[in-house]
Amino acid sequence: MKRLLATAVLAVVLAAGTAQAQTSVKIGVLSDMSSLYSDIAGPGSVAAAKMAIADFTAKNPGIKVELISGDHQNKADIGSQLANQWYDVDKVDLIIDTPNSGVALAVSQITSTKNKLFIVSGAAASDLTGPKCNANTIHWTYDTWMLANGTGKALVKTGGDTWFFLTADYAFGHALERDTAAAVEKNGGKVLGKVRHPLNTNDFSSFLLQAQTSKAKVIGLANAGGDTINAIKAGAEFGIVKGGQKFAGLLVFASDVNALGLQTAQGLTLTETWYWDANETNRAWTKRWQAERGAAGKFPTMVQAGVYSGITHYLKAVTALKSGADGKAVVAKMKDTPTDDPLFGKGTVRADGRKIHDAYLFEVKAPSESKYPGDFYKLRATIPAAEAFRPLKEGGCSLVGS
Amino acid sequence: MFEIFGIPSQALFGQLLIGLINGSFYALLSLGLAVIFGMLNIINFTHGAQYMMGAFTAYLLLQHTGLGYWPALIVAPILVGITGMIVERTMLKWLYKLDHLYGLLLTFGLALIIEGVVRNYYGSAGLPYTMPESLQGGRNLGFMFLPNYRAWVIVASLTICLGTWFVIERTRLGANLRAATENPTLVRAFGINVPRMITLTYGFGIALAAFAGVMAAPIYNVSPQMGAELIIVVFAVVVIGGMGSILGAIVTGFGLGVIEGLTKVFFPEASNTVIFVIMAIVLLVRPAGLFGRRA
Amino acid sequence: MERVVDPQAKPAGSMRGWSEPLAFGVMVVTLAAAPFFAYPLFVMQALCFALFACAFNLLIGYVGLLSFGHALYFGWASYLSAHAAKVWGLPPELAIITGTATAAALGLIAGSLAIRRQGIYFAMITLALAQMMYFFALQAKFTGGEDGIQAVPRGKLFGFIDLANDMTMYAVVVIIFLAGFLFIHRIIHSPFGEVLKAIRENEPRAISLGYKTERYKLVAFVLSATLAGVAGSTKAIVLQIASLTDVNWPMSGEVVLMTLLGGLGTIFGPVVGAFVILAMQYKLAPLGEWVLVIQGVIFVACVLLFRRGIVGEIAHLLRIKL
Repeated sequence: MKRLLATAVLAVVLAAGTAQAQTSVKIGVLSDMSSLYSDIAGPGSVAAAKMAIADFTAKNPGIKVELISGDHQNKADIGSQLANQWYDVDKVDLIIDTPNSGVALAVSQITSTKNKLFIVSGAAASDLTGPKCNANTIHWTYDTWMLANGTGKALVKTGGDTWFFLTADYAFGHALERDTAAAVEKNGGKVLGKVRHPLNTNDFSSFLLQAQTSKAKVIGLANAGGDTINAIKAGAEFGIVKGGQKFAGLLVFASDVNALGLQTAQGLTLTETWYWDANETNRAWTKRWQAERGAAGKFPTMVQAGVYSGITHYLKAVTALKSGADGKAVVAKMKDTPTDDPLFGKGTVRADGRKIHDAYLFEVKAPSESKYPGDFYKLRATIPAAEAFRPLKEGGCSLVGS
Repeated sequence: MFEIFGIPSQALFGQLLIGLINGSFYALLSLGLAVIFGMLNIINFTHGAQYMMGAFTAYLLLQHTGLGYWPALIVAPILVGITGMIVERTMLKWLYKLDHLYGLLLTFGLALIIEGVVRNYYGSAGLPYTMPESLQGGRNLGFMFLPNYRAWVIVASLTICLGTWFVIERTRLGANLRAATENPTLVRAFGINVPRMITLTYGFGIALAAFAGVMAAPIYNVSPQMGAELIIVVFAVVVIGGMGSILGAIVTGFGLGVIEGLTKVFFPEASNTVIFVIMAIVLLVRPAGLFGRRA
Repeated sequence: MERVVDPQAKPAGSMRGWSEPLAFGVMVVTLAAAPFFAYPLFVMQALCFALFACAFNLLIGYVGLLSFGHALYFGWASYLSAHAAKVWGLPPELAIITGTATAAALGLIAGSLAIRRQGIYFAMITLALAQMMYFFALQAKFTGGEDGIQAVPRGKLFGFIDLANDMTMYAVVVIIFLAGFLFIHRIIHSPFGEVLKAIRENEPRAISLGYKTERYKLVAFVLSATLAGVAGSTKAIVLQIASLTDVNWPMSGEVVLMTLLGGLGTIFGPVVGAFVILAMQYKLAPLGEWVLVIQGVIFVACVLLFRRGIVGEIAHLLRIKL
């Protein structure tokens, strides 16, 4: 058996034509191409990465960037094997994206031992910049703390002060519930009750009856994917929203809203850090993305936009250093330089590796308010960058000096 | 108003009813499995994928031909049933002389293919399917708010289940079917086309799965993986009931739905394991299943 | 009725003797040379799966029992092994033993329930029990939910052999694999193994000959679960991670696929099958979206076209025993 190339053949060499000695880096998009998260990241992240590289090299012909991609299939062991092989055999300098917290934590560790660089856009776990932070990892787009805090706080402030949680019964759900409950109580709200449901529950009706009986104003969905969708579908059927209660999705993406349809999803409140229809720049970028992705009917998610933004900032740092070999040095440079890109605007990368930017509280529109395909949200509140993420001292990251 | 274990009786009635609805899906699916097993001696692992196909077909019919829920309820099972019959004619029929396990392996492979293909074309997040307007809303029963759609699910699945039971146990067609299961050679000697009967039976079992899929589309997430986990639970249901009897499959399906529903009230964390635990207990006490005949 | 293992694949007695030792020699030489040609981590992982498939094959190939829930033993062993190494700080050999013992105990419980039914029911029961334990793994605190147990230390074997080095680890994995492989070979060719094969061919007859077949089946089941546990425990140490992937039902399906593709009831089949499937998973990474479909197609093709599997077909063509 010859050398097993675990990687994508898709290696696109976007070389600029100059003959001088160049800085050259290799980027690997490690994502879920085939299962649960392939819609929020996956091939769409690869498209975003290509765009970032094309945009950057057009202005900076002195840098040569190679791109490969791979599918971790949502399995931490396959993900860590791929990461090892990319760093050892394929000489990749940066791994980016990686939805699924389990895989991201594994890759973060490997990156640290091999002194490379890892930018997380797809995974949610706030531990990546908390107890499990390291000097080679940057967490770009969003995290669980920010989702919990953003939605919890904003809803309490707008009158949703009593909560009932439907929590997926595993570590991720518990963390989401804990963080949100803390935010709710800190802002003067009250948690009236909760029920822990098994992962991948089909029928939410009995849990919803319990939520209904609690008379809480907000039903917090500390779950994800199919569970969130099933809960909201059943909620619409049992007249939860019509009865005056409100759903708060704690990890909901535009693709989930699409799966629900606006008829069912209307009124759902959620937090995101980027929305394709927020402004003219984003809309123009979305058009280009749709062409690159070859999918006119799809809309980019914040995760995919984060990949674009992350690569852009990375390439700036590498250009300044003229080398991408030393992961820690590049990360340090990225932390020193303020970020600025068309999609996320101005921001910073904090000492613990947390990228800081604004977050937005959205409400899903009713079908009558939606004017064109993809017209999902109306903006309810903007959470300023300084408040959106967990305060530096509270994370317990060892990189933060006391 | 009185209370049972701290739960108001009214809420309890509500939960019982909800359990019955949930059980409707178990009953429809395990009935299909039992019918197929009775005739083909194959345990159909593709059943979950075919349930999912039913839901997707309903979605596609609505998107591309404008056929709504009611026509889809008839058209989708027929279409999916036909694909099932093609599978039976081209693949399954070569396995009848082999160990039963090969049928399980083949249908497992088919389930992977179907799920993979659907995921490639429609992504994994799922697709929207709106409830027909005639079934929206609900009525207050005093002890709970019962959505009209759920009431319809119970009525429809009970009708289908009992109808199937009647045809198989009480009509001449059913008598022929049962005879063909017992002794195909003899039945063939009477001039009955046994292979065609097998094909139609398989198609019918698949159509039942697809019917359940269409019924699920408005209330559950229509996604490629919607059937994969459900089918494992249905397998446990089938082991508990024993596949020997049609009525057994129906009763067990509804019964376990109710038990699962009650678990969701008293001990929600265990609601996904309760059916497996019951299966283990039944195996200890009555290895052949509640309604099974000892092989 | 054709059995799971085609009796015709077995050649005449006069032909046996040289083919198995020769193939074994080729395998050992290949494994010795492999780390210099292939990525060692990949080969180690493949070896763990190969042992897992061999353990599974002991049941399906020689007793005729199709377990559709073998991820249960593989996955739980890897959890316990990882937990023992990381949280309890046990050395790798004790961690592996902890994991293996867990698998054996689970195998005893699940096995005594499952052997109460035959054939298809047996497959469904094993699947259902494995799914139940998957849910426990998901909810239990120590497994870390979807994050799994990460950064498991490889530690020092017997206190002085540092496994952090990939080559040292590789040697240990090869030794564990070969020991497991030879042990299975020994079982098959022992008088006990002969009784198992008799049960596979005709259980009522074995009963009438006075064998307590249930007891034989249970022992075989526990042995198979235990060896799957060795594989799972070792994998956790090698890859330094234990995750939900290993206990979930697709893993049970994968091990069936490996064995089926390699050849049910052949000694070398599961090894070949495991390497082919794993190589495919990595080679096909760019095709990402199609991996599931391709696996399904292989399943269907194996069942319809070549039921003997790769090794079985070769053995049949050359009229040798492998």
